[in-house]
Amino acid sequence: MEGMIALYIFMLAAFVGYEVIARVPVILHTPLMSGSNFVHGIVLVGAMVALGNATTTLEQVIGFAGVLLAAGNAVGGYVVTERMLEMFKSTGGGGKKGMH
Amino acid sequence: MSNLFTAEQLIQFSYWITAILFIMGLKRMSSPVTARSGILWAGAGMVVATAVTFLTPGMGNFGLIALAILLGSVIAAWSGKRVAMTDMPQMIALYNGMGGGAAAAIAAVELYKLGDPAHAGATHDTAVLALAVIGGLIGAVSFSGSLIAFAKLQGLINKSLRFGGQQIVNLLLLAAAVVLGAMIAFGIDQSAATITTFFAIALVLGLTMTLPIGGADMPVVISLYNALTGLAVSFEGFVLGNSAMIIAGMVVGAAGTLLTQLMAKAMNRSLGNVLFSGFGDTGGEAQGTVTGAMKPIEASDVGVMMAFAQKVIVVPGYGMAVAQAQHKVWELCQLLIERGVTVKFAIHPVAGRMPGHMNVLLAEAGVPYDIIADLDEINAEFETCDVALIIGANDVVNPVARTDKSSPIYGMPILNADKSKNVIVVKRGKGAGFSGIENALFYLDNTRMLYADGQRAAIDLIGAVKAVG
Repeated sequence: MEGMIALYIFMLAAFVGYEVIARVPVILHTPLMSGSNFVHGIVLVGAMVALGNATTTLEQVIGFAGVLLAAGNAVGGYVVTERMLEMFKSTGGGGKKGMH
Repeated sequence: MSNLFTAEQLIQFSYWITAILFIMGLKRMSSPVTARSGILWAGAGMVVATAVTFLTPGMGNFGLIALAILLGSVIAAWSGKRVAMTDMPQMIALYNGMGGGAAAAIAAVELYKLGDPAHAGATHDTAVLALAVIGGLIGAVSFSGSLIAFAKLQGLINKSLRFGGQQIVNLLLLAAAVVLGAMIAFGIDQSAATITTFFAIALVLGLTMTLPIGGADMPVVISLYNALTGLAVSFEGFVLGNSAMIIAGMVVGAAGTLLTQLMAKAMNRSLGNVLFSGFGDTGGEAQGTVTGAMKPIEASDVGVMMAFAQKVIVVPGYGMAVAQAQHKVWELCQLLIERGVTVKFAIHPVAGRMPGHMNVLLAEAGVPYDIIADLDEINAEFETCDVALIIGANDVVNPVARTDKSSPIYGMPILNADKSKNVIVVKRGKGAGFSGIENALFYLDNTRMLYADGQRAAIDLIGAVKAVG
């Protein structure tokens, strides 16, 4: 990837990340940390490419560990975030139809 | 399709969609009303990205990839579904560490290829190698550091290992890693031995950085490692030319940094303090004499008091969650609400084990989030409150934080429960709290002590309110 374009992407993504959660209430700190933890589970696609292009045994072993860890990050992060957010309800809408 | 799009174009387009879904998902997760749908959006993005990556031209080892994904997913889904809500902080640490480890693994594979004859000629330029090295270093530190954070919160490691000159050792390790990393990046020495040593030092650095930090500060550390993993993912994304990783990683890196600052602020700690001093689990010495006596009260009297109150504010602490009393406490509050009493929950930022943790625990019991108030919202309301019910909280309601300059908690923002007309403190015994600091609140004229386990007290109070009729 072109170096300067990548620099711009780094910068813009950083601003987006900052702005997106700038006004988050304290009650959502824990779920949001968990949710952002899930998002960096995208490392899975990189680990897949690394293992997919691995040739030596050493590269395959490390690549395998990478994919396994990344899948754990993504799936585990999703499961716990979803479990936490599922419970947030307001007085108006109790029960399963509470969130929309 | 195939003559309209090449596989490469389809992949790039899908990654673009994924980036949008991630950003929209995070945006939705920052408001309680839309939070639930936020994780679904982000999840959809992850599925899209993972699926199209299998189409990457020139890839092999599909069996290994599928097996690794299956194994990792099953283990994580199984552990994530059964973890108790009280243990959530350490689970997040564990999953975060896995992400950091994966980023380091990508760096390792790419760097080991430098010395591999099969890839000879495929030379990277220095900028790419430098980012691979930096991402690898950050990822490895986040990996081993997060594992230590997990072990500490899980109670596997109880002591905080400290020795003289620890900061110097950490600095030396960091310097060694930087020197080796520079040698790899500038092509001075790209041998397998150098690369292995580089990663080993990075892993040790994660251990020595995290071991001295006390349990109470761990949430800030976990949040910091979360941000670091995001950065590592972003840098490795640059190495692989993967736009989804670059964007998602950097978004998390920035959001995580902000979140870390917010948490540190809520806990009245600066990030530097957390990383470079060992306050977290030492606590203060019991000091400062408090005059007066603690005055006990029976549950039946508290029941009458609350049943005829206009406004009751419940101040829950981690002790309530440990006693698994939140369900009974909410049952008690529902009884009061039916009688026309205004009930609110007041949450201190450090209630639970990290900011927002107590809200999750209350949500688990079914408490709607709109009657849960944080410190800034609720503090003015204590003056008009008839009964403040303190259950499992201690230091966060100790008025000496406002008045006594010699106290270790002086300056910490507290909930002004002492301002309410009546204060009921549910407590198992007469001893000082977790930090060992005497609580002046317990000795005030308007305070009564209800000596019982949180669960027991809530059950007794439910009976008492029902008896009022």
